[in-house]
Amino acid sequence: MEKIYVTADKLDSKACTEMVTYPGAGGIVVFVGTVRDQTKGKKVKHLEFESYEPMAIKEMSKIAEDAKVKWGLHDMVIHHRVGLIPIEEEAVVIACSSAHRKEAFAACEYAIDTLKESVPIWKKEIFEDGEVWVSAHP
Amino acid sequence: MKIEITAFGIAKDILQQKQMVLDCADSAMVGDVRAQLIQNFPDFEKLASLKFAVNTEYVSDDYQLKSNDEVVLIPPVSGG
Repeated sequence: MEKIYVTADKLDSKACTEMVTYPGAGGIVVFVGTVRDQTKGKKVKHLEFESYEPMAIKEMSKIAEDAKVKWGLHDMVIHHRVGLIPIEEEAVVIACSSAHRKEAFAACEYAIDTLKESVPIWKKEIFEDGEVWVSAHP
Repeated sequence: MKIEITAFGIAKDILQQKQMVLDCADSAMVGDVRAQLIQNFPDFEKLASLKFAVNTEYVSDDYQLKSNDEVVLIPPVSGG
């Protein structure tokens, strides 16, 4: 499986964890972004994600490379799911490993924060009575 | 020259189509395309941001367009 991956299929956080596992690892940090059932008290039916895939892959690769260099990681895997995602299911998985936990925590947080700012992926919340592109308007 | 633009997310809804061909001056920059789009589709101005990518890289408004460029409208991203 690819380390940097956009797919319409279900994600597998365990497989992502195994991909970054190595003997020298003292810590593996995994962030799993899941679909929440409400936004500001309003019931969400499900989410729909759309990506500009070639650029999303490129931007996700940059994040992983930057994180590896900055925190001296062994490895980082970023998988993002697109299409319709039901409540509770995984939308994004970021796994990284390093000799010590501190670097892995910092790198994982950097990766999800940066992904939300720069990777061309868009999320639409589907409610009972309508739908909204998240963050589109100020 | 003709520039084909592709839109995602809410930008696609505003254009009411995924792809559109714009007639631009041969010297057109991304900023000119932005101005043309806002003039024809005022809803673009209501967005929190509107970035442009050319050939899968973010570009600024002073990027000089070429006719075969792959131009993509990037409204506020919301992955994760």
